[in-house]
Amino acid sequence: MVNNGKQNIPLWRDDRFWRIALQVLVIVIVVSVFALLGGNLTRNLRQTGSNFGFDFLNTSAGFNILDSLIPYNPSDPYSRVLLAGLLNSLRVMFFGIILTTILGITIGLARFSDNWLLRQLSFIYVEMVRNTPLLLQLVFWYGVFVQLPPVKESLRVLNSIFLSKQGIFMPWPSGIQGIIGLGVLIICAIAAFIMWKKRTKVIVEKGESGQSQLITLVMIGAIALLTLTVGLNWQRPIFNPTTNNIEGGLRLTIEFTTLLVGLVVYTAAYIAEIVRSGIQSVPKGQWEAARSLGLKSSLVMQLVVFPQALRVIIPPLNSQYLNLAKNSSLAIAVAYADVYNVANTTFNQTGRAIEVMLIIMGTYLSINLLISLGMNQLNRTVQLRER
Amino acid sequence: MHKCGSLLVATFLLVASLTACESSTPTNTNTTSPGGTSAPAAGGTSQSRLDIIKQRGKLICGVDGKIPGFSFVNESGEYSGLDVDICKAVAAAVFGDPNAVEFRNLDSTERFEALKAGEVDMLSRNTTWTISRDTSVGLEFAPTTFYDGQGMMVRQDSGITKLEDLQGKAVCVEAGTTTELNLTDAMRQRGVQFETVTFQQADPAYAAYAEGRCQGMTSDKSQLVARRSTLPNPDEHILLDITMSKEPLGPVTINNDSAWFDTVKWTTYALIEAEELGVNQSNVDQLKTSDNPNIKRFLGTEGDLGKGMGLSNDFAANAIKAVGNYGEVYERNLGEGSQFKLPRGQNSLWTNGGLMYSPPFR
Repeated sequence: MVNNGKQNIPLWRDDRFWRIALQVLVIVIVVSVFALLGGNLTRNLRQTGSNFGFDFLNTSAGFNILDSLIPYNPSDPYSRVLLAGLLNSLRVMFFGIILTTILGITIGLARFSDNWLLRQLSFIYVEMVRNTPLLLQLVFWYGVFVQLPPVKESLRVLNSIFLSKQGIFMPWPSGIQGIIGLGVLIICAIAAFIMWKKRTKVIVEKGESGQSQLITLVMIGAIALLTLTVGLNWQRPIFNPTTNNIEGGLRLTIEFTTLLVGLVVYTAAYIAEIVRSGIQSVPKGQWEAARSLGLKSSLVMQLVVFPQALRVIIPPLNSQYLNLAKNSSLAIAVAYADVYNVANTTFNQTGRAIEVMLIIMGTYLSINLLISLGMNQLNRTVQLRER
Repeated sequence: MHKCGSLLVATFLLVASLTACESSTPTNTNTTSPGGTSAPAAGGTSQSRLDIIKQRGKLICGVDGKIPGFSFVNESGEYSGLDVDICKAVAAAVFGDPNAVEFRNLDSTERFEALKAGEVDMLSRNTTWTISRDTSVGLEFAPTTFYDGQGMMVRQDSGITKLEDLQGKAVCVEAGTTTELNLTDAMRQRGVQFETVTFQQADPAYAAYAEGRCQGMTSDKSQLVARRSTLPNPDEHILLDITMSKEPLGPVTINNDSAWFDTVKWTTYALIEAEELGVNQSNVDQLKTSDNPNIKRFLGTEGDLGKGMGLSNDFAANAIKAVGNYGEVYERNLGEGSQFKLPRGQNSLWTNGGLMYSPPFR
């Protein structure tokens, strides 16, 4: 009877059949949706009489852009101006992610501070920033920076940092010596990190004082300090009264500064909340155990709680980095020449809306996939290792 | 299983709706049903935009909306200006009613896509006639209604008197305009190093100039003059005595729709012809019975000039009754009757040494 029943199950009640049929159905639906959209696109393109193609990238762009990390001339082709825009985007994303992480973690930790005022201030910051639109904040920041005095009367900090409408000017390493100096600094940082690890290991495993490693560390620090002060060939910005301009040093245009500050401040509020939730996810027993060992409250956070909180923090942090990367396209509102802004002008001048939109989509997709890849690697290193 | 079933139903519904979209698209473009927003197809098999507009009962006109004298919305929400009057004239020519028009504000980067997608029937929005826009961008340019040139506005106390003085300075400009390209050309020609601060919209660009972010602001001269009147202290700003380019501004329609293009083109010409013939808003009704056969034909009491376009024969008379002839439109919005007091200059009739010239109405 049982055997008979199995054979007699009708097709529409057979679970195995449905499993396969549903897969096939999904594939058919996905393929037909794409075919449909593609068909629509080609038909509409044919009707407006425009030919799909990327030839326009080789024609001369003819427009100027404000910031560029690579030499750019208006007679250069569209591909070059798009590249310059891409580099501008990457610059904002790179520094934005670094700064927003620092600010976000600081604010997030401040919410656990013993200081009442600090706790309240960080609470107000998070609530204010999280509950207003980013575009509004960018326009606000632009309004703030555009109120800076003109170059002639720029605000000076220690006579080496100039704040003005034309931008923020600061000393910057220059020439080959500057590049060598930066290289030395990076080597110093790596050496110091290795030495620090070694010292901890020696203290913990061999029970030594770690004195000799400490001396090496101090020496590395001295070399780094020396390089930082004289080795980098710092070039100070200098006001030139004849041309009425500030020359030399690093210039950050107020458009770049606005976008960077806006994105950092906005994203940091979300990161602060992520950090807070991560820390709260660490069981209370961990705090108590750490305190019972006699650790100071700063060390409790640093050695016990925060490393465990990282497991909860990193996955949502990834989305915030992706948001920052995508939000950087709001640069167009504050006249910063990021890749979206440049592409927008490009499709306006050429009428190639679809091609340019494809380029833009590809660009943001690649950037975000790369960020995700990096964050997933990082996530793997902090996850619990099952033993 | 039950869950799977509802998922299935949902996907079927989605696909069905998409297919519905798909199947309705060709009918829209090929027969162009009333109110369809798709662009008219190439090849002339489709219905003209003119028929769509007639069926809809009103014209949708894309304007800037923020330039006093050309198109500006006042406190009570009414549009006025030269560009606006062209829209009204076309509405009057098609429907006999200058108010059968709806205005859409478009910024410089939206305008062509909006026109191509059929969001608006025509642009009357300070658009410069260039070969690449006429050909590869796929537009059709009606006669120029304002001959302009690109200028440069600076602060009076800045000491800038020529483009070379802008060395190392910043210039604010609106994105996606010919001015952006002309500025770059003019500066390259003179070897001047400068920086462009490119804004998506005109409002923030002029605001940044007013705040002093840029030492110069460039645009069409008429627009600079008009916009200057909205700056905090208009007297502090001057226009340099430089014309960087030719900027013939006029109405624009989509390519490959000659019936609709003809309507816009000949309505615009009618305003110019009216000034030459001495027909104006107040005397247009009396002149219908004039002895001059030219005027009679023009105003539609004789001949079949309008029928050939699919309009009534008195389309020109309706347009003039609505907004007046070109001279009246100009004086009211930009000339002596306005706050700008711009001299006619190149925008005079050809008989007065200007460039305004209409082919014969015959």
